[in-house]
Amino acid sequence: MSKIFVIAEHLNGEVEDITYEMLGKAKSLGGDVIAVLLGSGAKDMASDFAADKVLYVDSPELANFNPEAYCKTIVSLVGSHTPNIVLVGNTSQGMDIAAGLSIDCNMPLIAYASDVSEGSVTSQLYGGKMSVESAVEGDFIASVLAGSFPVDAGKGSGAAVEEVAAPDLSGLKIKFKQLIEPEGGDVDITATDVLVSVGRGIQNEDNMEVVQVLADKLGAALSCSRPIVDSKWLPKTRQVGKSGLKVKPKVYIAVGISGAPEHIEGMKDADCIIAINTDANAPIFDYADYGTTEDLFDVVPALTEKL
Amino acid sequence: MNIIVPIKQVPDLVEELEIDSSGKDLDREWLKFKVNEFDDHALEEALLLKEDSGGTVTAIALDGDDIDKALYAAAAKGADKVVKVTGIEGNVSNHEAAKAFANAIQGMGADLVFTGVQSVEDRDGQLGVLLAHYMNVPHISVVTGVAVNGDSVNVTKEYGGGMVAEFEAATPIVLGIQAARETPRYVPVAKVRRAMRSTDLEEVSAGDVSVSAGSSVSRMFKPESGGGAEMLSGSAEDVAGKLADIIKGKI
Ligand SMILES: Cc1cc2nc3c(=O)[nH]c(=O)nc-3n(C[C@H](O)[C@H](O)[C@H](O)COP(=O)(O)OP(=O)(O)OC[C@H]3O[C@@H](n4cnc5c(N)ncnc54)[C@H](O)[C@@H]3O)c2cc1C
Ligand SMILES: Nc1ncnc2c1ncn2[C@@H]1O[C@H](COP(=O)(O)O)[C@@H](O)[C@H]1O
Repeated sequence: MSKIFVIAEHLNGEVEDITYEMLGKAKSLGGDVIAVLLGSGAKDMASDFAADKVLYVDSPELANFNPEAYCKTIVSLVGSHTPNIVLVGNTSQGMDIAAGLSIDCNMPLIAYASDVSEGSVTSQLYGGKMSVESAVEGDFIASVLAGSFPVDAGKGSGAAVEEVAAPDLSGLKIKFKQLIEPEGGDVDITATDVLVSVGRGIQNEDNMEVVQVLADKLGAALSCSRPIVDSKWLPKTRQVGKSGLKVKPKVYIAVGISGAPEHIEGMKDADCIIAINTDANAPIFDYADYGTTEDLFDVVPALTEKL
Repeated sequence: MNIIVPIKQVPDLVEELEIDSSGKDLDREWLKFKVNEFDDHALEEALLLKEDSGGTVTAIALDGDDIDKALYAAAAKGADKVVKVTGIEGNVSNHEAAKAFANAIQGMGADLVFTGVQSVEDRDGQLGVLLAHYMNVPHISVVTGVAVNGDSVNVTKEYGGGMVAEFEAATPIVLGIQAARETPRYVPVAKVRRAMRSTDLEEVSAGDVSVSAGSSVSRMFKPESGGGAEMLSGSAEDVAGKLADIIKGKI
């Protein structure tokens, strides 16, 4: 029977949903599901894990995520427990764990996994434009894209928690200093009914006016994909996605957004998604309810006019 | 600080992607390639650090089509040295690419290695993290800020919801750069041409790269659309009318 490790993830005292997604998936694969939880005074976080067992490692060095300390600890647990499958989130934390494990434990890693079964993993590559199935013999690690599996299936109660001593974590070269909470923005994009969301298709800052006018007409807030924030055309508080906010408005109008997995993660649960994108193959259309491949510079002004 | 920046060409996703006759890879013949956008950020952050606290910046890439141009562009932006890793070509796994970089970088006296945080095709894991483990140094990925502080660096790493963690790390270290603090600089083609004439492109051998990703692609396919959108037909004007009705019906 296979032994499946699920590396639990938490941030700022809260278990992240990806943990439950992976636990649920592991359970559906059959076998022994072993959740791995690292922290300090964090044992209770495992109380609703749907697992057969929880391995808990407590150390002050593990209180907050530290790439070096977490990697070392997980490498040692994999070494001593020899799981057949290791599931890690393809998240900011998981990215700092998975590839290192692959080398230090000599196990193949398949990243961006949207589905996992024994011997085969499906990844989403090329910004979600292609799926790739990988065949793997023997034990492996998969890093799982958030939003791939239901959260509820990973919740349960009563897994036995086994406390395991931390490996030697002295002399770490990376020291955690602090968590910095995001500053509050002028607008809370998680609390509005309608979002006009703009992506790189808008081309330049001057064109932002085109979507702003539509948003004003709708009484909607303007949100965006990451490149718009990196270009400093909108503040970070307007970013939707993996490293931004999760939104669930009644209507989400994606304008010139391709629908990379990191963006989809933040908006796929919106009630009604409308996509305006000239590329008929853009992945955003796989998630949208309504779509058009007409040029945004034609559709958006015409739509503003009609409202 | 000596900063090494590995750069990579990736398919431009604006183009239509087709699958080749093996059914396992992209048809690369007509694909347009461009430098991974996160590498532009990695190079930018490296150049900014050099500008405020001194040091050198070396751009390095694996041999391949068009890579010389990408390296000369890095030189034109301000990289002090550009290096091409030879003896490994084509579509290698990230495990092999990382091993090649680890071999090539050894002996360069790197204090910092800035990779792009990820690319659109790293099926067997992010190269930066693999590289760090082959080099036996620590790594932090999804980095949005780096400041030099004597022999160490202060690094910010981004999580979901805009939450950020701050770390202090000893060098050498590999950092996967998500975003530079400034928008990456642009160089005009004329300047790249000048750099081409005045820059010495060094070559370094990849050495022994007998490592494996441990898995193989069995199938590539376009994702079946998840239900898919109802596509609205007609002119932009017609589409706008239909959208207006849909939106009014929902709010
Ligand atoms: C660790 C990490 C975290 C990330 N977090 C996030 C995140 O939180 N949020 C996020 O959004 N991204 C995030 N990203 C980035 C993500 O990978 C993509 O790069 C990004 O989502 C792409 O944004 P985009 O769709 O606006 O741009 P592109 O992918 O460049 O898409 C632009 C689209 O506009 C269309 N277009 C162009 N011109 C027109 C026109 N005239 N009319 C209509 N359409 C047009 C094009 O067809 C194209 O599909 C993250 C990446 C990493 C590595
Ligand atoms: N040939 C290569 N293959 C993979 N990664 C590379 C290569 N050359 C450079 N890299 C670096 O590794 C980063 C991450 O790429 P990847 O690991 O493919 O996501 C890139 O942005 C580059 O900085």
